[in-house]
Amino acid sequence: MNRSRFDIAVGFFVALGLLAMVFMALKVGNLASFDNGTGYALEAHFDNIGGLKVRAPVKSAGVVVGRVESVGLDQDTYEAVVRLRIYPNFRFSKDTIGSILTSGLLGEQYVGLEPGGDPVYLGNGDRLGKTQSAMILEKLISQFLFSKAAETPAKVP
Amino acid sequence: MTGRMAAILESLGHLLTGRLDRLGLAARFAGALVLVLWMSIRRTSLIIRELYFSGVRSLSIIAVSGLFVGMVLAVQGYEVLQRYGSTESLGVIVALSLVRELGPVVTALLFAGRASSAVTAEIGLMRATEQLAAMDMMAVDPLSRVIAPRFLAAIVSMPLLAAIFSVAGIIGAWIIGVQLIGIDDGAFWSQMQASVDVRIDVLDGLLKSIVFGTAVGLISVFEGYFAAPTAEGIASATTRTVVISSLSVLMLDLVLTVMMFRGLS
Repeated sequence: MNRSRFDIAVGFFVALGLLAMVFMALKVGNLASFDNGTGYALEAHFDNIGGLKVRAPVKSAGVVVGRVESVGLDQDTYEAVVRLRIYPNFRFSKDTIGSILTSGLLGEQYVGLEPGGDPVYLGNGDRLGKTQSAMILEKLISQFLFSKAAETPAKVP
Repeated sequence: MTGRMAAILESLGHLLTGRLDRLGLAARFAGALVLVLWMSIRRTSLIIRELYFSGVRSLSIIAVSGLFVGMVLAVQGYEVLQRYGSTESLGVIVALSLVRELGPVVTALLFAGRASSAVTAEIGLMRATEQLAAMDMMAVDPLSRVIAPRFLAAIVSMPLLAAIFSVAGIIGAWIIGVQLIGIDDGAFWSQMQASVDVRIDVLDGLLKSIVFGTAVGLISVFEGYFAAPTAEGIASATTRTVVISSLSVLMLDLVLTVMMFRGLS
């Protein structure tokens, strides 16, 4: 076999391989999640973050607007400090409320942002003023049981 | 009694020193190979010829295997997922298992059987017919003329083949899941895109396959270069290439996977 046929076949092979990689990057994965460094950071303090993980989505009205960058603990207040990386094309007002929500009954946990009406927008490094912690199933159940016990005193015969 | 014990101990020690000797030889060979690598990278026509024989000729087996592996994954995954009523996640399961694990690993195993064994046999026959010695006589370094292009071809073709394998598998899963079973097309792709991360999943998978390509390529040229110059020697060298390549791919896979997931948390 002469040399040019090797070249054509190998060129076809390399092109097919690269095409497969592009397919994986664009169609299988989401290249939009790749721009980790861009956007601006917000900080939110929560009493309890439940099962929130790094890289969990940040959603507003159900649309993904960013990712959780890091999760830490404030040693003074013992609050969870969650750093959010918001994509650069989204802006949120100063009085935005952050809350930890669950998608579906058993789904992953994410940070929901609910914007208010303040004309001033949050900037890089700002802290969310109001937050709402994750719903912990055990606490809910115990609350329910205690309130149930309180409202119906045991009937003593 | 003590005589038998001594004989067993002696044979064990002999086995161990033999293996260590072989490992040291392989490390020395790898070092020598790295030194001539820069020289042979510029001789692209040689590398292209080897890419044709290892890469292009493996294309059909890789694509067809990928397609069938994806189809089987789709059938198996659907069977489990429907118990939990979340059959739309089929795309996620298939894509993650292919891109992270099965793509690189199965490609490396198939490559070891399809291409590396041929490389070992070819180099071993060159050694047996004294072609390598003849090259040395003509002041042509067989390491940079024969060995390095085959080694480089394995490193280059492995990630390309792994990517093709994964994509063929995902297409196979799409054929079974969406076309035959009737999962929603949009949910199949959108859930996949939501959970497959380009950096964590796709790039780590490709990194794995580059490491596997290096290991399999090195083992195949080493076994061929040091094959005993007889028919039996070439036969056993070919067998060793496939066995050692497969085992080291699986062991490297465990090490790499643990390292990658530790970096994640």
